Amino acid sequence: MLPARFDYVAASSVEEAIAAKAQGGDESRILAGGQSLLPMMKLRFATPANLIDINRIGGLDTIERHNGHLHIGALVRHADIAASGEVSGAVASAAPWIADPLVRNLGTMCGSVAHCDPEGDWNSVLLATGAEVIAQGPSGSRSIAIGDFVEDFFTNTLADDEMVVALHIPVPSGRSGGSYQKLERKVGDYATVGVAAHLELAGDGTISAAGVAMTSVAPINRKATGAEAVLVGNAPSAELFAEAGEAAAAAADPRDDVRGSARWKRRVVAAFTRRALAAAAEEAQA
Amino acid sequence: MTDTTTTPPEIGGIGHSVKRVEDARLIEGQGNFLDDIALPGMLHMALVRSPVAHARINGIDSDAAMAVDGVLAVVTGELMAAHNLAWMPTLSGDTQAVLATDKVRYQGQEVAAVIATDPYAAADGAELVEVDYDMLDAITNPQQSLAEGAELIRDEKEGQTDNLAYTWETGDEAATEAAFAGADRVVSLTTHYPRSHPSPLETCGIVADVNSVTGQATIYMTSQAPHAHRTLFALVAGLPEQNIRIVSPDIGGGFGNKVPIYPGYVVATAASLLIGQPVKWVETRTGNLISTGFGRDYYMTGELALSNDGRIQAMRVDMLSDQGAFYSDAQPTRYRAGLFHVCTGSYDFPHAHIKCRGAFTNKAPGGVAYRCSFRITEASYLIERLIQTAAYELGIDPAEMRLRNFIQPEQFPYETATGFVYDSGDYPTALRKALDAAGYDELRAEQAAAREEGRLVGIGIAHFTEAVGAGPAHTYDIAGLKMIDSAELRVHPTGKAILKLGVKTQGQGHETTFAQIVAEETGIPSTDIKVIHGDTDDTPYGLGTYASRSTPVGGAATAMVARKIADKARHIAAHLLEAAPEDIDRDADKFFVKGSPDKSVTIQDAAFAAYTNLPEGMEYGLEDVTYYNPPNLTFPYGSYVVVVDVDADTGVWKVRRMVALDDCGVRINPMIVEGQIHGGLTEGFAMSSMQWITFDDDGNCIGSNFMDYLIPTAWETPRFELLETVTPSPHHPIGAKGIGESATVGSPAAFVNAVVDALAHLGVRNIDMPVLPDRVWEAIDSAGG
Repeated sequence: MLPARFDYVAASSVEEAIAAKAQGGDESRILAGGQSLLPMMKLRFATPANLIDINRIGGLDTIERHNGHLHIGALVRHADIAASGEVSGAVASAAPWIADPLVRNLGTMCGSVAHCDPEGDWNSVLLATGAEVIAQGPSGSRSIAIGDFVEDFFTNTLADDEMVVALHIPVPSGRSGGSYQKLERKVGDYATVGVAAHLELAGDGTISAAGVAMTSVAPINRKATGAEAVLVGNAPSAELFAEAGEAAAAAADPRDDVRGSARWKRRVVAAFTRRALAAAAEEAQA
Repeated sequence: MTDTTTTPPEIGGIGHSVKRVEDARLIEGQGNFLDDIALPGMLHMALVRSPVAHARINGIDSDAAMAVDGVLAVVTGELMAAHNLAWMPTLSGDTQAVLATDKVRYQGQEVAAVIATDPYAAADGAELVEVDYDMLDAITNPQQSLAEGAELIRDEKEGQTDNLAYTWETGDEAATEAAFAGADRVVSLTTHYPRSHPSPLETCGIVADVNSVTGQATIYMTSQAPHAHRTLFALVAGLPEQNIRIVSPDIGGGFGNKVPIYPGYVVATAASLLIGQPVKWVETRTGNLISTGFGRDYYMTGELALSNDGRIQAMRVDMLSDQGAFYSDAQPTRYRAGLFHVCTGSYDFPHAHIKCRGAFTNKAPGGVAYRCSFRITEASYLIERLIQTAAYELGIDPAEMRLRNFIQPEQFPYETATGFVYDSGDYPTALRKALDAAGYDELRAEQAAAREEGRLVGIGIAHFTEAVGAGPAHTYDIAGLKMIDSAELRVHPTGKAILKLGVKTQGQGHETTFAQIVAEETGIPSTDIKVIHGDTDDTPYGLGTYASRSTPVGGAATAMVARKIADKARHIAAHLLEAAPEDIDRDADKFFVKGSPDKSVTIQDAAFAAYTNLPEGMEYGLEDVTYYNPPNLTFPYGSYVVVVDVDADTGVWKVRRMVALDDCGVRINPMIVEGQIHGGLTEGFAMSSMQWITFDDDGNCIGSNFMDYLIPTAWETPRFELLETVTPSPHHPIGAKGIGESATVGSPAAFVNAVVDALAHLGVRNIDMPVLPDRVWEAIDSAGG
């Protein structure tokens, strides 16, 4: 398990990292936590010519609430999110389910999002909450909706001279709640099925906004728009959530594999959607 | 806990939970594992493995690999063939390719080796060796393999016209058939014990150092059986045995995986011989998982002939094993399916008949006894699943079903229908104790109430009996070598001692427990005894550590040699006390004249006198060696009870309780015994819940790293509640039976029985391992639940 030869740069600023990345083109990879990248390099599934280590760059490790969103910097570790008092809803619910404690101590949320692994949990949470990815390039930064950021599995829409510097997750002003439900074979495993749910309630208690997204049951993390449509405008109830669960199951496109049959995975999607919505409603109503 | 100690804690004999002496160096990074070894001028080897399961080799192009800076040589099958080493014999009388010359027969098979000055160059070179393959259809299961018209996998094997590896049967077929013909009821179960892998944390490896002048071959390797490997090296490679020294250093787990001789060992040794420099090969994780000895892969149909009141009258079994591309099981010569015929379990019935066929497939070879005494795991699983099935079919409670059929305590020694003579046991007491601890009656009441509410609760029982400690020389050998073992004890003048063993620890704690046996027998404190093992130049001969044989065989040899030393010390003490030897008595730490305990000498006094002040005519020194040929196997047993809650929506099941009662006879070190049980239960939980080596239709191994081959962590491992009874083995010098494998053998049936029990009212009788949530959900769904 020895990686192929690569060059290594320890960047001391975002500008330096971007410049190095631009120079190396698509042969370059940003190294933050390395918890996905390094195992792939050891298996020689990934053979980047240049690694640009951003761990020494200051100011990238902040979690803060700001202008109606939660700002999560590029060096915020999964464990920081799990331990933070600033997070709630689906983000707080998903954080302890990311990989295992060792990976959570080093791996970063931004790195995981940029990796675009369809079995990764965070992108479902970001789809459900309507988050944005902040990318910085030589001419400044831009905000990319998560749905536009993920191009395909393991492929994002960043330009060669851009890197992810933060995520912005909306913090609703009214009552809201969220949950992430994950079925994994053991701790540290990718999701067999994951469902993220996010609900916002109007003053009359009906659902004013809803987000449902699924992990590991489609070629990329998939938003269950049909389920969301079922929910919005209605009062939370077990029957409504069951209906949304069926809509999510219909939107899923799972495969038969060693983790289980596609037929069964759809049923898990239905059950997890119900449960995630119930937990989200409970948090919103609390 | 039963207190069996006869020595004070400062002596630390049998029954004391002495802390493991080996742990300090291992915890502090001062161990010496294979990959820690670095010799001057040492080269590094990387293997080129086949990416495909079945293909003809048209040619191998090494040019690009040879161009890598630091690469010195590319070894191919052709080169090995020139030295008559392209093929090697297996432990089961087949032959196995060292480096493929004609065909590759499984994904991961060794095709070439790159020798370089550093490990990175070797790995880079291995990537660049180009092999031209002509693809053939892959055969990925034994049913396909034995079907009419299946492609011949072993076309190189003279006289081989199909894919059958072996057939084997045992028991009395006529009597069994007659019992079935006359039975009130016949109950059957067909199940697959899937392919698993021992996956020790340390992979296999070797540093081969062949001196080109003297011919001395010093072979450092991850070996559970260094002496047997020395002899096999001598026989295979034709090297004179006195010039072969196998050193098995600290080993990071074996579990049966480090019993076979693998191609990497042979190639590295040949490379060192040809190049004249030491060669190191450390296997990758993927290499270990896809090419080395796996466990199980048995398709089994078991049937019981029963009376209406639930008495078993006979058992018959028909099995098909998936051997992979070569038949290279490590097992006693005369038993083609290992000790599977212990499948009559803990039950008293007169007739059994077992037949088994093994088939070649395009999968990795090397069915090893993964933490198991030669197929006992499969056997125990089958009978414990089958008896539960019978209980449901006859409407008898599964616990009561077992109690009705148990061999009774007064029947021991008990000869089973297949010829084992069980040494000792009290099964009803063990099961009742485990059931009481679990609160069995209350659990059954809760289960009934839960079913009314639509909740699924299951209670699973397994009462297993193992046959371990091979074994008596009249019956047991591996590749002709009798399965005896040895111990040599040297007591120095100051009373400190060195114990040298033929067996070899891989984490079991021999350096602690074997010293405790000597402490018990001699009075020398266990902390004054250094245990040496693993170096064939420095230890007496033995067959090694696997099949729970260390304590039953090597432990017995240790007790016997310590008794010889204690007896000589008693004669010396008599001389020092000016009394007749027969008038000398001994307590834990001193010798004294009968009736006057105040007049005494210590073992240390006797040891000093052995080199300074001897009675007339006695030979100097205090050392001896014993070779022990056990009169019988030993038969540890246990009663396990598992309680699970099943989520009907998703099929996810969680263990609520796991009560494990083990009876392994006398416990030398209770703490280490409990550690063994915890580890074994965890592995049993892993196999039953998540772990398997599987393949796609093209023969690609799914399970080639720890992302796909799952090792449970403390997070998902259930809490274990341990209980014990102590029924000593009557024929073992200290009454010990062996514990290394009991929990792995016994627990899978308990876990699976628990999940099946949760669904039994729906008519579900079987879910194959691993009991993944989708299989549970499908079982509920197809039962209309």
